[in-house]
Amino acid sequence: MSNEATHGHPEVVTTHEAHHDEHHVHHHKETFITKYVFSQDHKMIARQFLITGMAWAIIGGLMSVLFRLQLGYPDQSFPFLEDILGRWAKDGKITAESYYALVTMHGTVLVFFVLTGGLSGTFANFLIPLQIGARDMASPFLNMLSYWFFFIASVIMFSSLFVQTGPFSGGWTAYPPLSALGEASPGSKVGMDLWITSMALFVVSSLLGGLNYIATILNMRTKGMSMTRMPLTIWALFFTAVLGVLSFPVLLSGFILLLFDRHAGTSFYLDSIYIGSAALPNEGGSAILYQHLFWFLGHPEVYIIILPAMGIVSEVMSVNARKPIFGYMAMVGSLFAIAILAFLVWAHHMFVTGMNPFLGSVFVLLTLLIAIPSAIKVFNWLTTIWRGNIRFTPGMMFSLGFVSLFISGGLTGIFLGNSALDIALHDTYFVIAHFHIVMGVAGFFGMFAGIYHWFPKMFGRFLNNTMAYIHFWVTLIGSYLIFWPMHYEGLAGMPRRYLDYTNWLSFNQFDGLNKFISTVAMVVFAVQLMFIFNFFYSIFKGRRVTVKNPWGSSTLEWTTPIVAGHGNWPGEIPEVHRWAYDYSKDGREYISQTEPVTPDEKPH
Amino acid sequence: MISATVSTQRKKIHPHKFTLWVGLGSIVMMFAGLTSAYIVKESQPEWTSVELPKVFYYSTAAIIASSITIQMALKAFKERSMMNYRRFITLTALLGTVFIILQLIGFSRMWGDGVDFKGSGAGQFLYIIFGLHVLHVLGGVVALLVIFFKAFSKRVRNYNPVTIELASTYWHFVDLLWIYLLVFFIWTL
Ligand code: HEM
Ligand SMILES: [Cu+2]
Repeated sequence: MSNEATHGHPEVVTTHEAHHDEHHVHHHKETFITKYVFSQDHKMIARQFLITGMAWAIIGGLMSVLFRLQLGYPDQSFPFLEDILGRWAKDGKITAESYYALVTMHGTVLVFFVLTGGLSGTFANFLIPLQIGARDMASPFLNMLSYWFFFIASVIMFSSLFVQTGPFSGGWTAYPPLSALGEASPGSKVGMDLWITSMALFVVSSLLGGLNYIATILNMRTKGMSMTRMPLTIWALFFTAVLGVLSFPVLLSGFILLLFDRHAGTSFYLDSIYIGSAALPNEGGSAILYQHLFWFLGHPEVYIIILPAMGIVSEVMSVNARKPIFGYMAMVGSLFAIAILAFLVWAHHMFVTGMNPFLGSVFVLLTLLIAIPSAIKVFNWLTTIWRGNIRFTPGMMFSLGFVSLFISGGLTGIFLGNSALDIALHDTYFVIAHFHIVMGVAGFFGMFAGIYHWFPKMFGRFLNNTMAYIHFWVTLIGSYLIFWPMHYEGLAGMPRRYLDYTNWLSFNQFDGLNKFISTVAMVVFAVQLMFIFNFFYSIFKGRRVTVKNPWGSSTLEWTTPIVAGHGNWPGEIPEVHRWAYDYSKDGREYISQTEPVTPDEKPH
Repeated sequence: MISATVSTQRKKIHPHKFTLWVGLGSIVMMFAGLTSAYIVKESQPEWTSVELPKVFYYSTAAIIASSITIQMALKAFKERSMMNYRRFITLTALLGTVFIILQLIGFSRMWGDGVDFKGSGAGQFLYIIFGLHVLHVLGGVVALLVIFFKAFSKRVRNYNPVTIELASTYWHFVDLLWIYLLVFFIWTL
């Protein structure tokens, strides 16, 4: 196809190269608005996602501090709470309603807005074009839209915190009837409408982003960048996007039916419900149907969170162990296996819904199968650092922490995956401990590893190391201290989602433990604020990056100028001649992907 | 430099086309979710069935015809006979609109027959599933209108077929999707 025919129509240009040559001509005069606000530069969009995600992380984290205060000190009142929360904490004690609202928002915000939007949004946008050698995403415009949908979703979710009846309070999974009936609870009224609107926009944002990531990875790689030469970050982000694109629409279907139940009187999820003594007209619905639709996304969602973290960790570990990643193809294969299995195990969240035990056993088997690719990954991380020449940079520390957490949390998954055990453990603190360690904290560790590692590329400066190490150690130790004891509470049968356990004599033994957990939670939260300070301080005042490739890394992003403009490489896009992991080869510490393979070298 | 990239990228499918295909995959998942929900609920007690109004067969004819016309539009475009191209694009958009109107008539027939949102049953699913499909067709019609006005614009002469190829792929997709949904309902009702 000739290029001449396409001038004046950038959106139909056949080659990506020509597209951007044109862009450079047109985009010389950048205003504040086009550069920082409605930017179409993937690097700026990544930073927008990151900072929005960080704002959400503070809000979501603060919520957990507030409800931990209640759980640790149920008999005390804190007048300052009334100052912040007003009538939601009358006389300094969090009300039942606000407790549920807080845990619901905490879950929603951290799972979706921080660890999905913030994590994938940041690193997919930042790393995909830079590491595959592209000037930008397949469609920079859709990419910008993806951020702005995320932003509007954020605004709506945030505004729900301030409505009179409060934000949605029926749990982050939004099971009906609490989510379907306005009469069910105060949070089920406007709060739920805002929740569902926000989530629908969030889904749109994820879909737009995901489509773009997939198209970019498959189509826009630079010359020589075959799929098997890609860094594992890109593979992980690729599978993440595939999971999102295939599972979020199902959640959307579930939400659409939910909306009709809420506002049009249909009975998809509602059946034989009495409010007070009056029976509702809704007949014949099935609340379990919602659970199926939700968990068909919900389970892939946990991998949408953890796969990017896995990719980041693989990359950061290899760079800082100065060794090639062990078992590259096995890493890719296990990502693939996880992506497939992620769609086949959703019902392990529903073992106690009265499911046929034989069906349950199929899901037990499929669930336990996930342990295999997970174990392969852990094995490969450990063998990558084995006898490595490890540099304990903050990014590396967080990667090591990730592996530790992933092992600890993965093991408890195997407990829960057995339906016979899960009948006892379901909806107890054991589940809380499991998913916080394996997903929550591990996801954050992956994100931190990525931030510490790529901050120099994002902002041209380094983060402060002293604060970084404090941040790492307090967060790692603190997280274990918070969540490890919860396993014991769960094994003792302590259920999740209760405001107050004081009248439950058998759990009084945990009073001291709960106080301890709450105290540690506050310390850990304070250290996150220190990280935030470090982040913003370093953007302006951090030590400047003086060389292009401070970590001695072989991947393409470090071949761009220290502060790269829109288009990433000032001249031609470099050509790639080898895979991303030539570390400590032929007596050299690292060999950049752009270096041609010499005749006496084994090509990869 | 450009020629070098062209030669390495020529084998690859156009990024927008690829994005469209992945997008179609996600639409498929949405309808797969809904039709599986239907199957899950069908076995519940108090499930009520409905009868499909005849209109839905006429609308099927309309949408199949529109698939043919868009194919002809594509062919005309590639032969650079712009007159025919515009004619067929217009025809396709019209047939799409006819399809939408027929669907709405079908809905109102059903509603008139007393199939409403009370209770639970096939009717509720039908409104929602067909309704969402109508929205997707509407999106296609809007896209066609945009292309249509571009085709009449004197300012740019554009012989790049990607846009119309994208539109026709999408159009065939919503057509096939409709046939799947219709067969699904005929089968299960
Ligand atoms: C060996 C791998 C794993 C197995 C066998 C496993 C198994 C399970 C099972 C059976 C449950 C349901 C427990 C219940 O509700 O009673 C569960 C809950 C959960 N898991 Fe895992 N899991 C594994 C890894 C992961 C990973 C890697 C993540 C996230 C990155 C994760 C995140 C979650 C979450 C968020 C929940 C709770 C959701 C809720 O009820 O609110 N799991 N897991
Ligand atoms: Cu799961």
